[in-house]
Amino acid sequence: MNTAGRIAGERAGVAVRESLAGRRNRSVAAGVFLGYLLLSTVVGLVALAVLLATILHDGLPYVDAMLFTNSPSADPERAGARPAIIASILVAVVLIATALPIAVGTAVYLEEFAPKGNRLIDLIELNIQNLAAVPSIIFGILGLAFLVRGIDLGPVLLAGALILGLQMLPTVIIASREALRAVPDSVRQGGMALGATRWQVVWREVLPAAIPGIATGSILGMSRAIGETAPLLMVGAATFVSFNPGLLTQYTVLPILIFQWIKLPQEMFQGLAAAAIIVLLVILVAMNGFAIWMRNRYERKW
Amino acid sequence: MDPTSETPPAAPSSPVATGGGLATLSVEDRPAADALPLDQREVVFDCEGVGVRYDGKRALRDVDLRIHANAVTALIGPSGCGKSTFIRCLNRMNDLIPGASVDGAVAYHGENLYHPQVDPIEVRKRIGMVFQKPNPFPKSIYDNVAFGPRVLGMKDQLDDRVEQALRRAVLWDEVKDRLKEGALGLSGGQQQRLCIARALAVEPDVILMDEPCSALDPISTSAIEDLMLSLTNEYTVVIVTHNMQQAARVADMTAFFSVDQGETGARCGVLVEVDRTDKIFTNPAHERTEAYVTGRFG
Repeated sequence: MNTAGRIAGERAGVAVRESLAGRRNRSVAAGVFLGYLLLSTVVGLVALAVLLATILHDGLPYVDAMLFTNSPSADPERAGARPAIIASILVAVVLIATALPIAVGTAVYLEEFAPKGNRLIDLIELNIQNLAAVPSIIFGILGLAFLVRGIDLGPVLLAGALILGLQMLPTVIIASREALRAVPDSVRQGGMALGATRWQVVWREVLPAAIPGIATGSILGMSRAIGETAPLLMVGAATFVSFNPGLLTQYTVLPILIFQWIKLPQEMFQGLAAAAIIVLLVILVAMNGFAIWMRNRYERKW
Repeated sequence: MDPTSETPPAAPSSPVATGGGLATLSVEDRPAADALPLDQREVVFDCEGVGVRYDGKRALRDVDLRIHANAVTALIGPSGCGKSTFIRCLNRMNDLIPGASVDGAVAYHGENLYHPQVDPIEVRKRIGMVFQKPNPFPKSIYDNVAFGPRVLGMKDQLDDRVEQALRRAVLWDEVKDRLKEGALGLSGGQQQRLCIARALAVEPDVILMDEPCSALDPISTSAIEDLMLSLTNEYTVVIVTHNMQQAARVADMTAFFSVDQGETGARCGVLVEVDRTDKIFTNPAHERTEAYVTGRFG
C-alpha cells in the first residue's frame, strides 16, 4: 500500500473511531436503564428471600412426623395438620374430577366449534374474562348461597371444592384456549383434507398437541385454588377438625388451619403455622415444578 | 428468461396420433391409458362457471375447465389470480373458510360436488390435498401416514398400507428404520413427501397440490416432481404452481389464470386459457397467456 493510501486509511480509521465514540452518551442511558431493571428484580427477589428465610427459620423446627400424623389440638405440643393435609389433597382430586374437564371442554368448544362472530359466543367470552377478575370472596358468597344453603349441601368439603373449581374455571379456560390456538391451522386443514371430521381432527391431533399447554395452565390454576382461603371461610370450612375428612364431612384445609393457628396466642402455634406454610409451599412448588417440567418436556416448535 | 426454453422437447417416440405428443415424458414411461389423447380421456372434473366469493367479495369468476384422468393439470398465473382458491373448490376445502361461497357447477365424475346431499367429508376422502407448507402432524412418521386410514376405519393391514403409501411417495427407504420417530424431525422435502404419502394412504382418486414445492430446495423439488409424474399411473393430479418451469416439466395440461380489474377497481381472478402444456408455452391462443409465459407480465 502506498503512503497516500495508508494516510487515507488512517483518516478513515480516525473517522470510524470518532463516530463510534459518539455513542458513549447513549451507553450511559443504557447503563442507567439496566441498573433500574436489575434493582427492580433484586427488590422482588430480596422480599421473597426474606419471607422464605423467616418462614423456614420459624417453621423448620416444627416440621416433624407429628405435623403429618396428628390432628389439630388445643395443646400445641400435640397439634398436627393431618386432617387439613388430607382435605387439601381431596380438594385437589375434586378439582381434577370436576373443574378440569369442564374447563377443557369449554375451551375446546369456544376455540374449535363455536361459530365465529356470534353475539352470544362473544358475550360468553367476555364473561369468562370478567369471571377471572371477580374477587374470591364473591365466589365464597355464591357458594354459601347456592351450594351450602341453596341445594342444602351444608358446610362440607365437596361444597368448598366445587366453589374453588368454579373460581379456577376462567384461568384454566383461558390457558387452554391459548394452548389450542397455538396449534397451527395447517394441522386442522391437513386432517380435514384427509376426510377426517372436525371432531376427529380435534380429538386425535389438535387436543394432543395442546395437552402440554393445557396441563400447565391447569396445574397453575389448581395450585392457586389449593392456596385459597377467603371463599372457603364463606362456605364454612371449620377450623377445628380432628377426624379425617371425607367429601361430605366438615373439613379444614391447610391455608385455613394456618390462618387459625396464627391467631392463637401461644408462641408454639406461630411456629406450627410456619411449619404448615412450609408444607403448603412444598406442595405448591412441586405442582408448579411439574407444570414447568411438562412444558419443557413437551414443548413443540412449529 | 424465456421459460419455453426450459420445456423439454416433445419426445421423438411420441406418435403424432396423440396430437403432437406430450411435452413431458416419452410414451414408454406413461401408462396404457396415456395412449389415448388427453381430450379423449375420462373427465374427472367438469367445471362450469365456477366462481368464489369471500364475504360477498368476488375473488374468482366464470371458470370453465375440464380436468382429465391420469394426467397432471397445472394451474399457473400471477399472485391473486385465484388459482389456489379454485383448487380448493375441487375438494370443498373452501367450506372451511368462514364467509367463502362457491357458485357455478363442479361435476366430479358427473356428480355435482356441491349438491346439498353431498358430504364434504366423503369428497375429501376421494380427493386428497397437499399444501404449500408441509404440515405433518406433530407425531411419529408412522402415525402421520396411518391417520387417514385410522379415521376412515381402514384399519386392516395398517402396516402394509403405511409401507405402500411411503413407497409410492418415494420416502420408504429414507424412513423405514425410524417410523416411530417424530415427523417434525424430517427435512422440508421429506416432510412434503410424507404429506403426499399421508394423502395416498387413504387411496384417493385425485391428488390436489397447492404449490407443493414453494417451500423446498431444488433437489427436493425435483424429487417431488418425479413423484408427481409417477403418480399419474394411478391418480389424477392437479397442481397449483408459481413456477412456470415446473408446470412445463410436469404438466400435461396447463390452465392459465389471471386477474381482471373491474370498473369499480375490484380485482377478480379469471381463467384465461387452458390447453396442452406445450401449446400454452409455445403457441398460446391468448395474448395475455403469451405475455405471462414469456415473462413480460406477472
